[in-house]
Amino acid sequence: MKIVMAIIKPFKLEEVRDALTAIGVHGLTVTEVKGYGRQKGHTEIYRGAEYAVSFLPKIKLEVAVASDQVDKTIEAITNAAKTGQIGDGKIFVIGLDHAVRIRTGEADAAAL
Amino acid sequence: MTFKRPTSAGLIALAAGLLTATAAYAEPTVNKGDNAWMLTSTVLVLLMTIPGLALFYGGLVRSKNMLSVLMQVFYTVCIVVVLYALFGYSLAFTGSSDFIGGFSKAFMAGVTTESKAASFSVDANISELVYFCFQMTFAAITPALIVGAFAERMKFAAVVLFVPLWLIFVYLPISHMVWYWPGPDLIQDAAKAVAAATDAAAKTAAEAKLAEVNADAGFLFKMGAIDFAGGTVVHINAGIAGLVGALLIGKRIGYGKELMAPHSLTMSMIGASLLWVGWFGFNAGSNLEASGGAALAMSNSFVATAAAALSWMFAEWIVKGHPSVLGALSGAVAGLVAVTPAAGYSGIMGALVLGLIAGVVCLIFCTAIKNAIGYDDSLDVFGVHCVGGIVGAIATGILVNPALGGTGVMNYETLKAGYEFGPQLMSQIKAVGFTLLWSGVISAILYKIVDVIVGLRVTAEKEREGLDVTEHTERAYNM
Repeated sequence: MKIVMAIIKPFKLEEVRDALTAIGVHGLTVTEVKGYGRQKGHTEIYRGAEYAVSFLPKIKLEVAVASDQVDKTIEAITNAAKTGQIGDGKIFVIGLDHAVRIRTGEADAAAL
Repeated sequence: MTFKRPTSAGLIALAAGLLTATAAYAEPTVNKGDNAWMLTSTVLVLLMTIPGLALFYGGLVRSKNMLSVLMQVFYTVCIVVVLYALFGYSLAFTGSSDFIGGFSKAFMAGVTTESKAASFSVDANISELVYFCFQMTFAAITPALIVGAFAERMKFAAVVLFVPLWLIFVYLPISHMVWYWPGPDLIQDAAKAVAAATDAAAKTAAEAKLAEVNADAGFLFKMGAIDFAGGTVVHINAGIAGLVGALLIGKRIGYGKELMAPHSLTMSMIGASLLWVGWFGFNAGSNLEASGGAALAMSNSFVATAAAALSWMFAEWIVKGHPSVLGALSGAVAGLVAVTPAAGYSGIMGALVLGLIAGVVCLIFCTAIKNAIGYDDSLDVFGVHCVGGIVGAIATGILVNPALGGTGVMNYETLKAGYEFGPQLMSQIKAVGFTLLWSGVISAILYKIVDVIVGLRVTAEKEREGLDVTEHTERAYNM
């Protein structure tokens, strides 16, 4: 099992969700985050006071999938979240040792 | 003599009116329409402060200091109302010296439902109680404006002490100096007596009486300065006190380095718009009568405000490349401030030009000049209120010119409006200079006194944590 973690542009969330649902991924955790990569930040001006805002709002989504699903998941997210512009985000894949469904006690693959 | 029921009071007043009708002059009457307008204006001015100003300021600070600003503004209103009833009204609006009134109306002594206050027309009085309430709301908003200058770092205990001291030693004297005068009825009666005098002795006596009536007025009023709704009394007064405070307290931690973006420009938009709405009570109410003069003040308060919002917005767009919401809101407030002293004197096209100028001048002060000097006036009380007030106060001396569509300055002895450019402009400049000095110097002393007693500034740790939790043990947003 793996956790596929993706940082995407906030307005792409719905498309990514639809793409993941289409390939049979049924659970997703989403967090509003801030950060920067190559896109850097932008400038905000309030009555002449200029602030360099270096952290941009992004969405972090985490989805736990079986190992054989990882490639399909990455492909779905990439296709849905891509605009071709700088700042589209990144995908990280992390190993997952164990999973439990709290309600039933089911473990690992059955819990996903 | 007190009356339990208003109807009997009315009948006796009517009888008294009939009896005095044969006397030298008729007792001025109170017009219910004027009273109704002044009652309305009074609550509009309260609306400016709470929640208007509170939300405008609150939205501009970081969310950790939202409640501290709301609390400081709300406290200011409450303490000023209490002190105004106890002795503030008396010190502002009774005769005593040119600089401050006396205690003859302290504890509201002698001010009843029958008491009358003069307006700006002969025989058009309003109830003194509504005049008291109306003036009280002005006294409340003025120190509340100062709060913006030292926002996000002042101890609440310091605000609690500073506001009443500032009311007593700065606001009440200046309002007495600018706005205390005998009123049109007394001046007219004395002038008529001079005209009616048949022999030399009677004429001399009548002229002495007229001089005595005219002498019973505030220092700046007698100097000939005109200030319709409070350019000097409210805005220059508060603006310079704010700058002095910002300089004495020092910059906020992280000023110029850390992000200090407004936490909710939505709140500021609501607040600024409520300020605009309430300002019709402030400016058109300052006419003290529901007459054409009030309508002129209202028209000017519409036009100057919109013009200033546009001029700030377009100037910023041209210079910085983007039109900002905060810029448009700030411009509107700058326009309201600038038109305040001119509201009932300027013609409408004059107010339009005044607004256009005020928007750009205040923009330059709040951005280029503030950054160049490097003081931290958190919410630009100086750049908007003091600078806008100065622009307005001086422009009033020009725009009142009937040749420019202004009303001229009424002479209540002849009941004719006149205008002289040089003397009027000089009076305006002197009044501005005097207010800057008086408020600047005395405010500095008061800040020092407060600093010695309770300390002005919270600890660095509390400032970082935010005043809401450390001073008030509450949070504005629990989500």
